[in-house]
Amino acid sequence: MLTPQITQSGHPVPDAFIYDHVRTPRGRGRPDGSLHEVPSVELAAQVLRALARRTSLDTARVDDVILGCAQPVGEQGGNIARAALLQAGYAQSVAGQQVHRFCASALEAVNAAAAQIMSGQSDAVIGGGVESMSRTVMGADSGAWSADPAVAYQNYFAPQGIGADLIATLDGFTRHDVDAFAVESQRRAAHAWSSGYFSASVEPVRDVLGEVLLDHDEFMRPGTTLDTLSKLKASFTGLGQAGFDAVALQRYPEVEALEHVHTGGNSSGIVDGSAAVLLGNRDLGATLGRAPRARIRCFTSIGSEPTIMLTAPGPVTRKLLARSGMALSDIDLFEINEAFAAVVMRFMRELELDPARVNVNGGAIAMGHPLGATGAMILGTVLDELERRGLGTALITLCAGNGLGTATIIERV
Amino acid sequence: MSEKTLRLEVDDDGIALITLDDATRPMNVVSPEFIDEMIAAIERVAGDAAIRGAIITSAKPAFMAGADLKYIATLTGGAISPDAAVEFSRKPSIDMHRRLETCGKPFVAAINGLALGGGYELCLACHHRVLGDTPEAKVGLPEVSVGLLPGSGGTQRLPRMIGLEPALTLLLDGKPVTPAEALKLGLVDALAPRAELLRAAKDWLLGAPDPVRAWDKKGYAFAGGLLNPAVALTMTLRSATIAARTQHNYPAPIAILDCVFEGTLMPFDKALQLESKYFAKLLCGTVARNLIRTSFLNKGEAGRLARRPAGAPKIQVKKLGVLGAGMMGAGIAYVAAGAGIEVVLLDRELALAQKGRSYSQGVLGKEVERGKRTQGEADAWLARIVPTADYSMLQGCELVIEAVFEDVGVKADATRKSEAVIPERAIFASNTSTLPISELAAASKRPAQFIGLHFFSPVERMPLVEVIVGRATSQETLAGALDFVAQLKMTPIVVNDSRGFYTSRVFQTFIHEGMLLLEAGVAPALIENAAKLAGFPVGPLALLDEVTIELPWKIVKQTEAALGARFERPAAYQVMRRMLEELERPGKRYGKGFYDYPPGGKKRLWPGLAQAFPQARAQPDLQAVKNRLLYIQSLETARCLEEGVLTHPADADVGSLLAWGFPSWTGGTLSLIETVGIGNFVAACEAFAASAGPRYMPSAALRDKARRGAGFYAR
Repeated sequence: MLTPQITQSGHPVPDAFIYDHVRTPRGRGRPDGSLHEVPSVELAAQVLRALARRTSLDTARVDDVILGCAQPVGEQGGNIARAALLQAGYAQSVAGQQVHRFCASALEAVNAAAAQIMSGQSDAVIGGGVESMSRTVMGADSGAWSADPAVAYQNYFAPQGIGADLIATLDGFTRHDVDAFAVESQRRAAHAWSSGYFSASVEPVRDVLGEVLLDHDEFMRPGTTLDTLSKLKASFTGLGQAGFDAVALQRYPEVEALEHVHTGGNSSGIVDGSAAVLLGNRDLGATLGRAPRARIRCFTSIGSEPTIMLTAPGPVTRKLLARSGMALSDIDLFEINEAFAAVVMRFMRELELDPARVNVNGGAIAMGHPLGATGAMILGTVLDELERRGLGTALITLCAGNGLGTATIIERV
Repeated sequence: MSEKTLRLEVDDDGIALITLDDATRPMNVVSPEFIDEMIAAIERVAGDAAIRGAIITSAKPAFMAGADLKYIATLTGGAISPDAAVEFSRKPSIDMHRRLETCGKPFVAAINGLALGGGYELCLACHHRVLGDTPEAKVGLPEVSVGLLPGSGGTQRLPRMIGLEPALTLLLDGKPVTPAEALKLGLVDALAPRAELLRAAKDWLLGAPDPVRAWDKKGYAFAGGLLNPAVALTMTLRSATIAARTQHNYPAPIAILDCVFEGTLMPFDKALQLESKYFAKLLCGTVARNLIRTSFLNKGEAGRLARRPAGAPKIQVKKLGVLGAGMMGAGIAYVAAGAGIEVVLLDRELALAQKGRSYSQGVLGKEVERGKRTQGEADAWLARIVPTADYSMLQGCELVIEAVFEDVGVKADATRKSEAVIPERAIFASNTSTLPISELAAASKRPAQFIGLHFFSPVERMPLVEVIVGRATSQETLAGALDFVAQLKMTPIVVNDSRGFYTSRVFQTFIHEGMLLLEAGVAPALIENAAKLAGFPVGPLALLDEVTIELPWKIVKQTEAALGARFERPAAYQVMRRMLEELERPGKRYGKGFYDYPPGGKKRLWPGLAQAFPQARAQPDLQAVKNRLLYIQSLETARCLEEGVLTHPADADVGSLLAWGFPSWTGGTLSLIETVGIGNFVAACEAFAASAGPRYMPSAALRDKARRGAGFYAR
């Protein structure tokens, strides 16, 4: 069903349609990862080339390329979107910009692209993201929020993992609960891969000789069991003891003590990857000779309490539904980034969601979370799944650094 | 030139020797006169072409102790404006230290002894530092412990000289370091034997040194700022550890971190200006005032027996009797023997007395093990404690302290048996924590020589003694008892007799308030965390578990028996009764109290509390819980002052910090009222009286004080 939106002045708001999307496979974000030899700019460029090739896009028609990146310093600094589009051989006339909304950057990039189209200011915009975690140092982009003493102190800064463990503590999720969630994420991801659900949108990454470096998400551990997960050590006990547990309790004094339940096995994986979504108005479809696959129905972002940091998905979803006059029952599938098991578990509990409608093909716990690229990846994943299931509407959301959260609703057309 | 605080002589080689030697004080301090005179000396060195360079040293055993805290105290807590505070910092920082550093002539600090705070900052401003190689010659910047930061270049020179991490450790811990460590860290450039210090300093000057510091040379850059990942990590972690350590109650540590972080990004002169601003902010705040006033000045005065009646003859206890060899008696015997006093440790059976003595043996054994004491010292210490069950052994004791069972009859018996033996002029003291001294004195035939000496447990780690003056206690007895406390190198406060005296009475309000909050449906974790976030070492429920609820319950029962119909049950009566009689969870010793004590694991709040004391749907905010726990104690203290139980606000404040760990940022129970503002305090208590109970109702006198905007201390 398509109900055209109307501006205050009575003009119809142009639709922002999704024409195609593509992502790289996710490589282990370490020096032994398959994508480590690929510079960030090339990782993004391969995605942009694939998108142009798949849609026979005349790149001169693209107004802007917006890429998310959560550590835009070093080789990812200096506006990687512009560097990547030139590297990809796009027309010099194409503008480029990089956005930073931490882990929600790529979804924000898609939203910003949609906004340009919906406001009538652009005809064709690419939104996406890139993060090569194997080639950048975590924390290189520290910033005032975490490292300026006056700000970190007043803001009760604690690292994400502490926030995740705090959610588990507050909500009573035990180690068994979060591990069980992780096992299910692995199972779903393995099933989706073996059933070929991802194959239409994953473009292999190639090396300088043009040989395929990686064509699948190599972080996955199919066959993960509760038993194997239970042997992993909690990841954030040390940081907690270093002082961050105390900081968290200063904000949450109703908590007696933090339960450190998150491990490498029930948290999102550190990986390299990139993704891009081609958006445009109706005219672009005519030019491309392609029917739009979906439209961006609405999107929004919020800030929430920064110490726990990761609890925005519920509230941002409620805000978005309220703004767009929709109900939870209008959404067929939910895709929430699996930053940590407790983030998704709280989201489902808060909104009383049936787990069968959430992250149906697994998530970042199984496949990895290339920070600034993930938003575009999971948007693409759920769009493919809507088509496969013949469903209409999906909501995509991510928690992000410093309490931020972003959500988008897409609708097949 | 010779002034009040220093003299300057020039030798034949053109080397000026500036000798710090304050004519009016035992220590050289950074006083306004010193600053003026030092500036004049620097200008003399700078302007006299015949002078090649200068040595700064001291004629006293210590080099310089830092600022004059008594003087600083008059400037803190809003006594002067922030602008005036910046100016106060600017003069020594810019006109003295920075001028010294950039005047073109080399200066060397010949640090002959202890150099702390402003004294060490002067050394840092010099172009070279030679430290006397003697154990007393420690150097450091302890300003953080009085709620301030080194405001004369210390936060800026130190990181530039020795690096960010070691500088932060010194600035944030405030611990002075030994000469060997100082050399290793780069806090000084060389060590020299005391006798060769000036020679070494002069040799350096004669070597034509460069009088320009590294940060004043072209092209100098400090690798600060967040583009350096090591700096970013340091700042993130330090911000958290400071928050964890201070609970956001002490503003100095984070100001120091901030000042170092920001200042090291700037040119040096700009950095010094910033440092002065941060210093001014701290100086004008109340926490620095509270720390200086209570933890340093008033605690020091108490230790010097500020309340000792003038004119009474000084006594020295050579032989002490301690009755009752339980926990308290054993502890008192231990500290007294350590002070060189012969101790007769008496209990009703020799074996019990011997057990009390073996407590000392245990403590001393551990100290020998840790190398804190030689076996010989420990043996001599222990030999001074003689266990006995025989009262006749008390012959010749100048003082007897009873620490027997808290029962009027038992105590009366001990009093009579002692007085039969001890000298006519001997003082008899009771270590009771709650029973009125005047009632106990009824058993004495010499009530004028009867006094309360309330020690805290464990005695060897709790430096306070609450001295209780009974109705009949003479001034000579009080003076003698205080002399004895001084002999133990402990800190006395003096209070008048009343049930619970001062410390037990006020401390009880803390634990009772904790139980009342629980009863009112406040989440137990919130109660405990609020106490810790307010600055208490442990929460009230954990504290109750430590002492067992039986203890306050016994006091309640005792008081009930003593007062009969006049007895007013404490508000937390039902919680205590239920914990003991219904829930049968008396405390830690029984493995179950408000907490569970899993064997080998960490204690956790008993989950059953949720059923026993159902939690309210709406929880109070953290600040309200903190305020309730703090304010009830201040309110009770104000009542003690009005009733004459306390005679001086300083005793209230010092006592509260040392007796039960009332948070030092507040300055103590009474200073807290001044910190909050007496008007705000009274208004908040009136609101609590309406919401939580009439125990919060401020007295008419306190309300009147608030109307007049009066404080407890004279300004």
